[in-house]
Amino acid sequence: MTTTADTPQTPEATAPSQGKPGGGLRGRLDSLPKPVRWAVLALLVAGAYLLPYAADVPVLGPQLVTEGIDWASALFNVSYFVLLALGLNVVVGFAGLLDLGYVGFYAVGAYTVALLASGDSVFGTKWTWLATIPIAIAIALFSGLILGWPTLRLRGDYLAIVTLGFAEIIRITADSTPDFLRGDQGFTGIPHPPGTFSDGTPVFGVRDATPYFWLGVTIIIIVVLALRNLERSRVGRSWLAIREDEEAAEVMGVRTVKYKLWAFAIGACVGGLGGVLFAGQNGFVNSAMFQLQLSILVLAGVVMGGSGNMAGAILGGALISYIPDRLRGTQILDRDAYEYRYLLFGVIIILIMIFRPQGLIPSRRRALELKDRAREVAPQ
Amino acid sequence: MNFSNLFSQFGELTVTGLAQGAIIALFALGYTLVYGVLRLINFAHSEVFTVGAFTAVLTWGAFGLDQDSRTPGLGGFVGYLLIGLLVAAAASAATAVVIELVAYRPLRRRNAPPLAFLITAIGASIAISEFVGVLTHRNNKGVPRLLTQEPVFRIADGRVTNLQILIVVVALAMMIGLDFFINRTRLGRGIRAVSQNPDSAALMGVNKNRVISLVFLLGGLMAGVAAIMYLLKIGNVRYDNGLYLGVEAFSAAVLGGIGNLRGALLGGFVLGVFENYVSGLFGTQWHSVGAFVLLVVLLMFRPTGLLGESLGRARA
Amino acid sequence: MALRQGLTRALGGVAIVALVAGTAACNKGSSDSGTSAGGKNCGYSIGYLGALTGPSANLGVNIEQGAELAIEQYNKKNGKDCITIKKFDSQGSADVAPGLARQLVADKKIIGVVGLPFSSESQAANPILNDAKIPNITPSATNTTLSEKGWTYFHRAVANDSAQGPAAGNYMKSVMKVQKAFVVDDQSAYGVGLADQVKAVLGSAVVGSDKVGGEGKQTDFSATVTKVVASGATALFYGGYYQNAGLFRKQLTAAGWTGALVAGDGVNDKGYIQAAGKEAAEGTILTCPCAPASKAKGSFVTDYKARWNVDAGTYSDVAYDAANIYLEGISKGNTTTEKLNEYLKTVNYTGIANTYKFTDKGELDPTKLIVWAFKVSGGEVVPDQEAPKA
Repeated sequence: MTTTADTPQTPEATAPSQGKPGGGLRGRLDSLPKPVRWAVLALLVAGAYLLPYAADVPVLGPQLVTEGIDWASALFNVSYFVLLALGLNVVVGFAGLLDLGYVGFYAVGAYTVALLASGDSVFGTKWTWLATIPIAIAIALFSGLILGWPTLRLRGDYLAIVTLGFAEIIRITADSTPDFLRGDQGFTGIPHPPGTFSDGTPVFGVRDATPYFWLGVTIIIIVVLALRNLERSRVGRSWLAIREDEEAAEVMGVRTVKYKLWAFAIGACVGGLGGVLFAGQNGFVNSAMFQLQLSILVLAGVVMGGSGNMAGAILGGALISYIPDRLRGTQILDRDAYEYRYLLFGVIIILIMIFRPQGLIPSRRRALELKDRAREVAPQ
Repeated sequence: MNFSNLFSQFGELTVTGLAQGAIIALFALGYTLVYGVLRLINFAHSEVFTVGAFTAVLTWGAFGLDQDSRTPGLGGFVGYLLIGLLVAAAASAATAVVIELVAYRPLRRRNAPPLAFLITAIGASIAISEFVGVLTHRNNKGVPRLLTQEPVFRIADGRVTNLQILIVVVALAMMIGLDFFINRTRLGRGIRAVSQNPDSAALMGVNKNRVISLVFLLGGLMAGVAAIMYLLKIGNVRYDNGLYLGVEAFSAAVLGGIGNLRGALLGGFVLGVFENYVSGLFGTQWHSVGAFVLLVVLLMFRPTGLLGESLGRARA
Repeated sequence: MALRQGLTRALGGVAIVALVAGTAACNKGSSDSGTSAGGKNCGYSIGYLGALTGPSANLGVNIEQGAELAIEQYNKKNGKDCITIKKFDSQGSADVAPGLARQLVADKKIIGVVGLPFSSESQAANPILNDAKIPNITPSATNTTLSEKGWTYFHRAVANDSAQGPAAGNYMKSVMKVQKAFVVDDQSAYGVGLADQVKAVLGSAVVGSDKVGGEGKQTDFSATVTKVVASGATALFYGGYYQNAGLFRKQLTAAGWTGALVAGDGVNDKGYIQAAGKEAAEGTILTCPCAPASKAKGSFVTDYKARWNVDAGTYSDVAYDAANIYLEGISKGNTTTEKLNEYLKTVNYTGIANTYKFTDKGELDPTKLIVWAFKVSGGEVVPDQEAPKA
């Protein structure tokens, strides 16, 4: 599974993405005048913030909300999965590096918050949640560099197994250091984000997950804006070149190692941020939360949504969290569906990939590449 | 660190590590074969193993054997072992071929990007293991005791049991058979041809789809045999056992040089023994950390594994 | 070509929409729960929050069935559907439990919770229950720190690890007269806590220790088996849950180790014998901060078997009692969560398994603590004796 596919470049494939509006919904969106496009986006953002009230929408609302799990909590789950998918999309989608151990960075973020803020920590610093964020991001970035530096000589699948190993090392270390990372025992009493209402009750309490979801959406918007600028900068173009043909990129003077490290570090930052958000909401972190399966799930989300495209990553990340949560407490043929939720989920993944191999919202550039390749190979 | 532990049990740790390594090696062959031809991590290979293991346990059950029944004599053991091997290999091979047909072939026909294959593989893996999990209520299934483990001889402080000899011999025999098949037969030549250059092979009249099915079939056979050895050694099987064993097997394949059959065997043995040494030295909880560190360090110096990657030897 | 592509894409879209719509159409009508039965103090619910599926599900199922039985019996006297049970399956996972807890507290009819069964999920979900002022009684989460968090709505109907661990150690020391013991744990909060307590009691008799992977993550114990055999230990304490304990025991026996395995309540389940096999499991000592279910008073044992078609398991009786404590409180008119919690503070309830009286931290009154040792004999877990306190 070398993601640096052996697809020769064609002028068409490297054309700027705005070059040719595709068909379908997105094509129509592109052909709209700019103010209208912004209005549509603003509506989408407003809709996202209003999601906690979806149950009040007649007819459609009750179908949408989860039944077995609190709707606001399910939405919050969606928000940090989306964040993880956005981060992994930088590594896999933009730079084309296969990372099977992304949960490692998520763990780094969550554990940094726990170590600095929880009363159970050996450090005993008991910082506030807000104060831990810069440190957590810095450490996640650093861990991205640590992982990237020795492994970037490796290609494709070698990288996959090494990154998988990295995440497992973090989980096992957490499991096996009962005094430092506290294993399954975990860190309790991690402080929540700050802020109180006028009557003194905290904004970010424990009973209502809605404020956390709003916080999650806000962070997502900031991350999306930052990544969008990056994608359209020199860094983003270098990633693209590396993804398409590493040798050619190197020959053309792209410093591949440097930009691959960039991708790892930025992906790690976003993953770490996901961990920070999760720790601040859950208040409890233990080693059982950073299983290998989580990395695989997020990767499935990114590719399912459309690798290389942020809208796709958002949709994919949302689906991997929403589908299992939605199936909880639902009846299928008089049997509770949650027992079968991952079974159904596996089938849904296969179906989506067979019918939409480029993902639900494919990257426009990738779709072109794909078309290009279809022309090259002999029909079967 | 407990060096006295490591040295006083060195022989024993080596022997048990070799036995575990043999199982991992058989399992790893499936990853390496598929990778050699398709450049694809067949993520669902772990479920090929799981299906084989459960089929064998159910078949033994149909013969009235459960884990509380008495250990049969030597004749009974050989008979049940052969039956087990047969049904497990058949079930695993069939599963592997079906996965290829359902999850990969439609994508190949549509020229899907490489990552799409990995994701359908993940989907298939989740769906199959969950299906088995639902059927078995996610409980361990006990394996009948077919063989009483007895030490046959000793090497230094290590007792070598009849079961350990059996596992290693079977693994080597399967390996030699597979190596012969790939390098000496007509069908094997087809596999090598496709792995070296699929398009040229197609031009030369090799049926690519048939070769790919054959590769999945062979990988499945090996996984089925590995499943029986696993059952004899571990004595239990659960729906999710394939996943972690699969990660180890894939590590072994990469360690030896993915795409390289002999590399998979070597990688399996090295990994099994090394993990046991780590267990002896630092404690069992660190064994996979040891394996991954070994992998990273080795790949830094030999980026294509111990023996280098090549299913059909030379590859540009 | 283009046509075919369009067609398959359309078909794919239809398939996905159909899947989503299909599940949506099967929604359970959950809004019709407002029909309260006619009797006095009726129309309330008791929640069960804990594992019903997942790797260690048996322990949770035992508890849920015990509680449900109590409620059904109560309803026979007080009218159909007088009190209902609402189940929330956490799979024993600390990142799933909080979302379910929020779902639970949103249901205003639930005024008491039986659960949560495991310690780590309790750490994650109890802050929510406490904030929502919903009384909860755990029949099995034994981690000592749970009662030290200032949760005024938390109650524990069994002894915690600081009673069970030493009891297990003392049993090994004074009943089994173990000279050389090996201690292994599975790195779970529960397993580590128990194993450390046992190590402290056994002291110099511990000749070696090891840590292994948890449920599903490790199945090959050969390195640990090697260490146990080499250490010459005659007994092994395993801190962990029943599935892996079974695998481990089977491999120890296969390797020719004949010593006895001792473990805590997490292994005290038939699943252990199913995994290990009857022969290997024979003679295993299992402790539990509970009295034998067969010693339960009244007709509980036969009622349970008649209702669920299986024998009552570990903590089924405690859960039955916990539900009955709530039911008695409700029947006395304590029909708000606050009143019910006040009631728990003063309760002195004699159930089938024990007499319950809670300290101000929600722990069982020290005089009521019991720890029993059980033995596996002939493929069954049978009571052996009450474990010595020192």
